[in-house]
Amino acid sequence: MTVSPISTQTDGDRFWNALGKTFILSFLVCLAIVVIYPLLWMALSGFKTNAQIFNEPFAFPRSWGFDNYVAAWNQGVRSFLFSSLVVTSASAVCTVLISAWTAYGLSRSRMPGKPLITAMILGGMMLSPTVALIPLVRMMQSLGLYNTHWALILLYTAFRIPFTTFLIRAYMLDLPADLDEAARMDGASEGQIFWRIILPLCAPIIVSSVILHVLFAWNEYLFAMIFTSAQDVQTLPVGLTSLMAKHGTNYAQVFAAMTISAMPIVLLFFAMQKYFIRGLTEGIGK
Amino acid sequence: MVPTDPHFPGAATSGGTSHEICRPALLRRALIRALSLRWVVLAVLVVGAFIYVPIIDNFRVSMTNRDIFTGEISQVGLENYQRLLDDPVVWRALLNNTLYAGLSIVFQVFGAFLLAAMIEGLKSRRIRNLCRAIYFVPSAISTTVTGLLFYFLYQPEVGLLDAGLTSIGLGALSRPWLALEDTAIFGIIAMSQWQGFGYSTLLFSIAIQKIPRELYDAAIMDGAGPVRRLFAITLPMSREMTGLMVIVTITGAFQVFNEIMVMTAGGPNNSSQVLGTWLYQQAFIQNEFGYGAAIAAVIFAVTMLTGALQVWYTSKRRVKL
Repeated sequence: MTVSPISTQTDGDRFWNALGKTFILSFLVCLAIVVIYPLLWMALSGFKTNAQIFNEPFAFPRSWGFDNYVAAWNQGVRSFLFSSLVVTSASAVCTVLISAWTAYGLSRSRMPGKPLITAMILGGMMLSPTVALIPLVRMMQSLGLYNTHWALILLYTAFRIPFTTFLIRAYMLDLPADLDEAARMDGASEGQIFWRIILPLCAPIIVSSVILHVLFAWNEYLFAMIFTSAQDVQTLPVGLTSLMAKHGTNYAQVFAAMTISAMPIVLLFFAMQKYFIRGLTEGIGK
Repeated sequence: MVPTDPHFPGAATSGGTSHEICRPALLRRALIRALSLRWVVLAVLVVGAFIYVPIIDNFRVSMTNRDIFTGEISQVGLENYQRLLDDPVVWRALLNNTLYAGLSIVFQVFGAFLLAAMIEGLKSRRIRNLCRAIYFVPSAISTTVTGLLFYFLYQPEVGLLDAGLTSIGLGALSRPWLALEDTAIFGIIAMSQWQGFGYSTLLFSIAIQKIPRELYDAAIMDGAGPVRRLFAITLPMSREMTGLMVIVTITGAFQVFNEIMVMTAGGPNNSSQVLGTWLYQQAFIQNEFGYGAAIAAVIFAVTMLTGALQVWYTSKRRVKL
């Protein structure tokens, strides 16, 4: 009996392969449980009473009333959520618009001092917000922006322009140069070329940029903690800690508040996974 | 080169001989070029005013001290930097940041690489997508939420960790993890690994997907097993991503703040303090802005170093490609 040259696998190999696969699969499943279980515990604990959280940590809730969720909502989560929405959406629009403009200028126009301007803007990616923190406090106070949504909108925009410009610029550099040439020949102005031709072509990376910005702004903590102090200005990440400080003993309510604040971003991730991944790939891989 | 198309803006208005249009055309072109600065002016202003100016100003602040009682500001030169060297908490914070970086490299770079290789080796596309998506979820959630979640998990009275340990007969190991000096920082780092590994796994998955299939086919023909293929093909082919991830992870580890503030605020007894939280404590609780700014300068130095490393690494890669 002759063995064909391609199937070099023996029965022994096959056994080890099957064993390896089973091992890998069970490992991946266990890991998935380790990831999901605490999150599930958080959401479920929001339905429990405090006594049940203490006495039966592993059990399912006895009833499915939304009392804790409603209470958390009324204890401030509503206003935190509103602040988060305002700050996130306003800074997303500002960041992506300014970054797209800048990326256009840096990739498709001839301007004096382009290498220097590119280095300055993209170099901002290396600078850490923590380092700017102390002078920024004084600056925000003298501008009268301390404890306003404007402080966060401005800072989120400023600190995200470098990265967002980097993403969009890389995409624009890959678009063929003939596009602009042809449009210019037809008498289109620079503005028209940007709005009518280049920007629509960049739609995928614009969507990715918006999503990555939302992920950042929705979860940002350092600036939000330093620059806001009143409850009606605080965003979710900071609001949660003040809720915790005030109602820390009412565990069920805190769990409910945590679940409410995590929910929108998790749903967004699952809905827009493709764009999330594109943004991440472009951001680090190119 | 004179454009002949009548729609070209330069050609439509200019008349006469080529000598006459030469100088105005040059000026015009220079003007148009200068006008294209309008695309970047807003970004330059915003980034300059809110990133560059404060970071430079930080160095000025770091050489001042403010009297707590009179509020008077005095120039103290490098005194705050001298104080850094003598401050045991700064050294503890540096150690904690380094621990954070080291453990994150083990789990979120090398662990995530192995995990991504396992996932990409699966046959079913749906299971691959599902795995990557599930592991990524904690990265999408705010660190305040995950930090608070683990704060509860670690609690002896309600926490799942101690209840779980007790139920499998390891009750002796159970302890108030975040309240002990020896375990607090490790409890926080463990949370951070749980939250972040899915993100780097996703990036490694993307890198592994880009490896040409023919390499694997050829290796199989040569009789190389899965482990052999991992070390002979997958690992060397994703070396660039690995290097980049190491640098990014170190940068991130020196900027940690959120999880520490939420879980321990640097305690107990400053045992889980990192540079970021110690800066906050000094500048905003003790009102020592000058000293806080000096701590910020240390963070600046480390992140600049890793940033320069990253620029060098990526540009080196570009040249090679």
